[in-house]
Amino acid sequence: MTRIERPAGVAGADLPRIEAREKVTGAARYAAEYRLPGMTYAWVVPAAVPRGLVRAVDATAALATPGVLAVLSHDGGGRNAAPRLRPQAPELALLQGPEIAYRGQPVAMVVAETPEGAREAAAAVEVRYQPEPHHVLLSRDEPDSYVPDTVNAGYPGTVETGDVDAALAQSPVVVDVTYTTPPQHAAPMEPHSATAAWEGGTLTVYHSDQAPWRTAVTLAELFGVPTEDVHVIADHVGGGFGSKAMVRPPTVLAALAARAVGRPVRLAVTRQQMFTLVSYRTPTVQRLRLGAGRDGRLRAVWHEALQQSSRLTEYCEQTVTPTRVMYATPSLRTVHRLARLDVPTPSWMRAPGKTPGMFALECAMDELAHALRMDPVELRLRNEPDLEPGSGTPFSSRNLTGCLREGAARFGWADRDPAPGPHRAGRWLRGTGVAAAMYPGYLRPCTATARAEPGGRFTVRVAGVDIGTGARTALTQLAAEALGVPPDGVTVEIGHSAYGPAPAAGGSAGLASWGTAVHRACRALLGRLAAAGGEVPEGGIEERAGTGEDIESRPELSRHSYGAQFAEVAVHAVTGEVRLERMLGVFAAGRIVNPRTARSQLLGGMCMGLSGALHEGLEVDPRDGDFANHDLATYHVASHADFRGAEVVLLEDEDPGLNEIGVKGIGELGIVGAAAAVANAVHHATGVRVRDLPIHPEDLRTPAGG
Amino acid sequence: MKPFGYARPATPHEAATLLAERPGATALAGGTNLVDLMKLGVATPAMLVDLNDLPYGRIEHRPSGGAFLGATVRNSALAGDQGIRRRFPLLAQAVLAGASGQLRARATTAGNLLQRTRCVYFQDVGKPCNKRSPGSGCAAIEGSHRDLAVLGTSDACVAGHPSDMAVALAALDATVRLHSGVHLPLDDFYVLPGERPDRETVLRPGDLVEGVELPPPPRGAVMRYEKVRDRRSYAFALVSVAAVVATEPDGRLREVRLALGQVAPRPWRARRAEDALRGRRPTAESVRAAAREEFAAARPLPGNAFKVDLAVDLLTSVVLGLAGAEET
Repeated sequence: MTRIERPAGVAGADLPRIEAREKVTGAARYAAEYRLPGMTYAWVVPAAVPRGLVRAVDATAALATPGVLAVLSHDGGGRNAAPRLRPQAPELALLQGPEIAYRGQPVAMVVAETPEGAREAAAAVEVRYQPEPHHVLLSRDEPDSYVPDTVNAGYPGTVETGDVDAALAQSPVVVDVTYTTPPQHAAPMEPHSATAAWEGGTLTVYHSDQAPWRTAVTLAELFGVPTEDVHVIADHVGGGFGSKAMVRPPTVLAALAARAVGRPVRLAVTRQQMFTLVSYRTPTVQRLRLGAGRDGRLRAVWHEALQQSSRLTEYCEQTVTPTRVMYATPSLRTVHRLARLDVPTPSWMRAPGKTPGMFALECAMDELAHALRMDPVELRLRNEPDLEPGSGTPFSSRNLTGCLREGAARFGWADRDPAPGPHRAGRWLRGTGVAAAMYPGYLRPCTATARAEPGGRFTVRVAGVDIGTGARTALTQLAAEALGVPPDGVTVEIGHSAYGPAPAAGGSAGLASWGTAVHRACRALLGRLAAAGGEVPEGGIEERAGTGEDIESRPELSRHSYGAQFAEVAVHAVTGEVRLERMLGVFAAGRIVNPRTARSQLLGGMCMGLSGALHEGLEVDPRDGDFANHDLATYHVASHADFRGAEVVLLEDEDPGLNEIGVKGIGELGIVGAAAAVANAVHHATGVRVRDLPIHPEDLRTPAGG
Repeated sequence: MKPFGYARPATPHEAATLLAERPGATALAGGTNLVDLMKLGVATPAMLVDLNDLPYGRIEHRPSGGAFLGATVRNSALAGDQGIRRRFPLLAQAVLAGASGQLRARATTAGNLLQRTRCVYFQDVGKPCNKRSPGSGCAAIEGSHRDLAVLGTSDACVAGHPSDMAVALAALDATVRLHSGVHLPLDDFYVLPGERPDRETVLRPGDLVEGVELPPPPRGAVMRYEKVRDRRSYAFALVSVAAVVATEPDGRLREVRLALGQVAPRPWRARRAEDALRGRRPTAESVRAAAREEFAAARPLPGNAFKVDLAVDLLTSVVLGLAGAEET
């Protein structure tokens, strides 16, 4: 890749969010705030059983409710049959057949003049089921599990190098431990919603969305219309964490309802409904076997992860993939196993695979350090690889050791008592922990347009979206840099599928992918302007450019961001309550376009990692397949009071092997390893190793009188 | 939606009459719990009788050193009241340990006392629950019950009372004052579930809570509220302890009042433990033994058995701390 000169003070500047004022004054409009003429409201009737068939849907009482326009179901009881959909993802084949694959699956939908009326009528819909025996709770040993050929994001199900069995047998020090992580819910601040309207064959959806263009493609396929006839608009989005990066059932239902009643329909998901309708992170059971010499060098690494998916779709999270990247080892075995249960399909949630996988690997490394009586930072430094261990691929850039060293120095790691806990200080036990972080630097195909307007302004359009990350601001900075103008000379328009093919705000690939396309479009425009002698005609000049096949033809390199997470906790000696004292994340994450929003992204990730360590976990009710704790009072996420004393440090990280803007992506890096750092700190404080998340007070208590 | 009536009476008599005579009438104060339950379909009142215009919005400090807390005093006002903070610091601590700033700014004294359990099955109309729908069964006993009660439960219900404030009130010997003139100690105000977990208090239709009467604290008393929770803000207790202790110069406990939160269907006054401790010099062993005695009748479930030891340890720690005795 060629290097370009970058003018100072544009990209890389600490620019406040462009839409900050709109957001804090309430002027920014979110999907459920669009009112369309004649708008109606949809409400889902969820399946009450986790497996079986819908025998009958009796809508008589519901249809008698004032203001009810339709009660849609797969056969409609002879009328009100839901419009047919073309085959697409199985979980989007909504109201198309009688089969029930999970509790909460939509089996009918009411459309009414008011949301209250729709809800009331939905409660009056009588559904008769033919239940079948179900299996909803992932156990530590699933006899019917299997090893998928490939897992999420296209990784192989298994990667093996060397002779792991022999190397383990010959290793003087072996750690063999099993960790579990619970199902988790993304819980974005803004619940999912869609407001859909058909005008003839054209569909417009105001949508809480991480991927407007992908959503348009999916809806076009489902409804059998050209992609350009579907307009998905997502001006502002209140978080997604992956749950909005793919079309979920509510979106399809809104479009289906709008088609059925011939009027615009809003479907706003309630907080309680979110837990079954918009995906979750799979639970995992992970066994780690590490063999090492007394010098700390790894000889064998065996990481196996058992996870779940629905009967509908094979979604296998890439949980053991970080182990293929992190540490040098002559023998490596990394295996995913999948059990298909009567549950909703799990899906992407912030750093899929990397979050649970690095929790287990980085705790196991801590356990190995204790077994070796070696400092855990030193253990990681000793196992720094020259090439990616699982593939032998060279790294495009890698500065994990820099992060560990810088973090150790800033955190005061040298003063740490290396002995395991308990370390008592008054009524509290205190300890510190470390873990590494990593996340791939993806680049995905994208197009963008750049326009020179008469009068000297520029307009740049790309179908990216700002889900609260600061993407709109960072893209403005990148466009201004490429055009050689100050940021207020460019208007960046995003959040509209009509701007053309663009990837999701997901996989930490948004800014790198959109930004590269924007950069190219701006450069192409400058070229054309120069050719035209700098004159902008009355209608303006527009150039479209982007990335595509050239991404595939890049050299084979291992492209990742890295980081080191440090945590100090205090554990109450009587109650077992864990209090975070401080946390430090040091990251080498490519070029930072906006340090302010980058810091927020990384802090948010660290906070979510802490939350996963201490708070988050869906409780599956084995009797009916429901998540028992389906609201934010009972599904705990970290509060502000839980997350104190956290700092982010960003190292210089030039990576010429990535893209011409040098951007790696930071949305997920901060969560990776954060839970392990906290869990390792808890162990250092108490001497208690909790291998099942979340860590609760009762896990850390030794009753005084017991 | 279900239509419901709304009235905003200007006098207690008018309010009491509405509550007595209108079928399905329910009192509305801060609405922080009731309105949520209405949205969930758990509460379906035919009429809301809004008490916010009644003259119950004040805290009155008595010359005796006691206080009266009006039914509609906001939790934030209660916790911020200088007299309360000085004379009943336990109460301010307990209120501030609960909910969030926004909720405390709306929630009221009477509403806090009368809030419903946060048992997940009670709040989900798709699930069986004897408290919400008598006779439908209890989903919690074999389900998710980590947060629920271990004392005073029945085979029909293991719900816990989630309040922080009420635990402090129990330890302060508070009484609930009704418009009818009746004063009820908290132990008489709440009823245990037995066969009828839908009945939580002795209140009958038409009964109107005017507020809470606090007697003066015992001479020389020290007091503290401690709450164990899963996160450091905006979480209901796993276990909480409110303790009021007065010590003789020789170290004997002249007065000891202990209450426990989220271990029982009501704020649980630990009278067995108190009786074992009163008049004695506390040691780690004696306090722990007294706390164990309180839990002798506990009926823990697999998911909340930890609460017994946790409550014993917390109670021991708080009492020893207040009595100035060293914990071993």
